[in-house]
Amino acid sequence: MKPFQYLRPSKLKAAIEMVSGDPQARYIAGGTNLIDLMKRGIVTPEKLVDINHLPLKKIEYKSGVLRIGALALNSEVAAHETVLQKHPLLAQALDSGASGQLRNMATVGGNILQKTRCTYFYDTALPCNKRDPESGCSALEGINRLHAIFGTETENPAKTCIAVHPSDMCVALSALDADVLLSGPGGERRMKIADLHRLSGDTPEVDTTLERGELITAVEIPDNAFARNSHYLKLRDRASYAFAIVSVAAALDIDNGKIRTARLAMGGVAHKPWRLIAAEKSLEGQPVTESSFRKAAEVAMVGARGFGQNDFKLKLAPNAIVQALLTAAGIE
Amino acid sequence: MKDEKIPAGEELVCGVENRFDEDRRYFLKQSVTIAGLAFAPASLISGEDNALPESFGDTENVKLSIAINGKKHQLNIDPRTTLLDLLREQLGLTGTKKGCDLGQCGACTVHINGQRTLSCLTFAVMQNGNKVTTIEGIGTPEKLHPLQAAFIRHDGFQCGYCTPGQIMSGVSCIREGNAGSEAEVRKYMSGNLCRCGAYPNIVNAILEVKNSGEKV
Repeated sequence: MKPFQYLRPSKLKAAIEMVSGDPQARYIAGGTNLIDLMKRGIVTPEKLVDINHLPLKKIEYKSGVLRIGALALNSEVAAHETVLQKHPLLAQALDSGASGQLRNMATVGGNILQKTRCTYFYDTALPCNKRDPESGCSALEGINRLHAIFGTETENPAKTCIAVHPSDMCVALSALDADVLLSGPGGERRMKIADLHRLSGDTPEVDTTLERGELITAVEIPDNAFARNSHYLKLRDRASYAFAIVSVAAALDIDNGKIRTARLAMGGVAHKPWRLIAAEKSLEGQPVTESSFRKAAEVAMVGARGFGQNDFKLKLAPNAIVQALLTAAGIE
Repeated sequence: MKDEKIPAGEELVCGVENRFDEDRRYFLKQSVTIAGLAFAPASLISGEDNALPESFGDTENVKLSIAINGKKHQLNIDPRTTLLDLLREQLGLTGTKKGCDLGQCGACTVHINGQRTLSCLTFAVMQNGNKVTTIEGIGTPEKLHPLQAAFIRHDGFQCGYCTPGQIMSGVSCIREGNAGSEAEVRKYMSGNLCRCGAYPNIVNAILEVKNSGEKV
């Protein structure tokens, strides 16, 4: 591993200064993805800024908003009473990700910013547009069973990337319409989680819309009426400890047998957590029946395309949507 | 075990270094290596009078204060050292195993401040001020931890390589309240792989200890 300078600031401002002015500097929190990438020589920072001593660990609920500090551990959030009570969807998604050990290390901020697990991104012997821009995408004609079916269009095919974002937590946050709070050299700002991750487009090496040195400080989830009827369905090759082939976060606000509002997001299908706005809209005012859910799933699949080995996702994904909605509705 | 943090070390402050300083430090490090100290335990070369330069934010030599199995250590380490390598290579605690070294197999599981974690996926210097418990810290050959004894009774291993990680993870699984049923144990132990396939016996060992109500 390339040598690096290790820094341990205790103040947010100092941390931001250390990273924003130096393109070779990186933040490290849980380290569960970054250290892996450093060992493989994929990320080679010269300066590592350990942010674990910044005061960003708190989980608090105030006037209708749950605020989760960026350094709160995945395991802490998944077991937090307010999270379980108000946003069980988030707890379910977190509990379905990684392993007991990793959830004890990985932070909320790090979970959002983790890199894809596309095997070609990690295999430095093979081309990858995300790791090495314009070298090509090995997954296009290669092993792409786990790859994207949505949002893969690009004007320049030589720059394609069909990798998926691996987070479960972000799929739930997307369905819960969470805000991400940021602090950077230019001050503070907030954005919807949907605006934080990018589609690969012509620059697959850029995963997010964050600016250099910008740090996630917290995630905020506003109150909603979904706690009673939500479900996170994760389909994978093993019963536990595997990334999603397809996952669905489904949340329904049901009033008198009819759907008032719905939220749907998918994981394992795109370069970012994939919110299904059109399908959500199609459910509004509909009766809580399998046929409503089936129609929504059809709407959700518009524009999907497979790349060979992942063609099965074109059938699996709509079925997963229907199943997640049925479970959320308490039908089966 | 009640875990509380030992006082954290002072804040590391970034110092602007010029190329000359880095070169000089590299030269010093090389000199020490040539002198044959490279293979000495870090604890031997960490005293106040050592020849290695001390400075914060260094690329080669960072102070670490850490408690391992109840024993406090003051060390100077290369910041690239993972907690796993510190335990095995520098402190001689080889009970913790290196499997994949990429956070996928669970063989390196230890407890940090009472929580199970992967020692291969954290730099030791990031654990400054923390308490680490390894397999050596939970039982002895004379007085085995209840789960160690249960692994023997249930034949919870064949080659034994994953066993320390399985046991450290299993102890946490019980403490966390995630060992209520076979399905639950299988789910919450899924981060520990066993290539020999001793899973049914591992699950039985954990369930037996959990159901005995014995303190773990």
